[in-house]
Amino acid sequence: MADLFAPGDRVRATSVDPSHHTRVPRYVRGAVGTVVESEGAFPLADDRARGLPAEPQTVYSVRFTARELFGEGDHEVTVALWESYLREVS
Amino acid sequence: MGGDHGGANAELAARVRHVEALLEQRGLVDAKELDREAFLARAKPDNGARLVARAWVDPGFRDRLLLDGNAAIGEVGVSMGGGLQEQRLKVVENTATTHNVVVCTLCSCYPVALLGPSPTWYKSEAYRSRVVRDPRSVLAEFDFVLPDEVAVTVWDANAETRFMVVPRRPEGTEGLDERALADLVTRNGLIGVAAV
Repeated sequence: MADLFAPGDRVRATSVDPSHHTRVPRYVRGAVGTVVESEGAFPLADDRARGLPAEPQTVYSVRFTARELFGEGDHEVTVALWESYLREVS
Repeated sequence: MGGDHGGANAELAARVRHVEALLEQRGLVDAKELDREAFLARAKPDNGARLVARAWVDPGFRDRLLLDGNAAIGEVGVSMGGGLQEQRLKVVENTATTHNVVVCTLCSCYPVALLGPSPTWYKSEAYRSRVVRDPRSVLAEFDFVLPDEVAVTVWDANAETRFMVVPRRPEGTEGLDERALADLVTRNGLIGVAAV
């Protein structure tokens, strides 16, 4: 399947706080970042951890400013996020 | 394993293989476990240091390393697999204007093949929670103060990729050969909490 996002796209990380294992770090939930690159396709960790069938899904490297994540700071944080964790920002 | 395949060593190796086979046959060890032990014995920061030294002396290798880490590291005889599943490697380079530092905020993911087992502080909640929030202060606690004009990027190894930092080549090292350059590189430099 073709990647939903391309480098440079603005995306918002899901703000859902699931009851199961997830690889969305709490500090990026709901934050808007910029796609750096695709890291390739990997089975979704949330499904694998629950023993569910996990189809490979694109993982993106997404860059966030510290200001967006924490309201302060001059650095950037790059986080790897599966496609289903992300929403398009228009 | 030594490079000597003759005499007493060969006899010893044959005996070890025989014992391994018996242990496996009787279900006492799994062949994969033995592979993993061998992998851990080879996994040490010297591997990362050799990659950095090669990148410093060979601009073509540097470009390949930054573009596709998994493919390039084979040129120096190391890999991200070795008894374990091959992991995706992303190599990031420090420059005069940008500095990179690595963390795993969710657990302790780390490029073991290139850096060896991770230090205790890397797995501590204090490092994992604070370096994403305030990297400059955390680096200062490692006695590494970055000038304000150098931008900082923190790489969270929270999913499938492992990261290694190429530090800046120190000034005054023009006369050193690749091996001497590798000796300058520290584990902390490869994580991004030291200058080299």
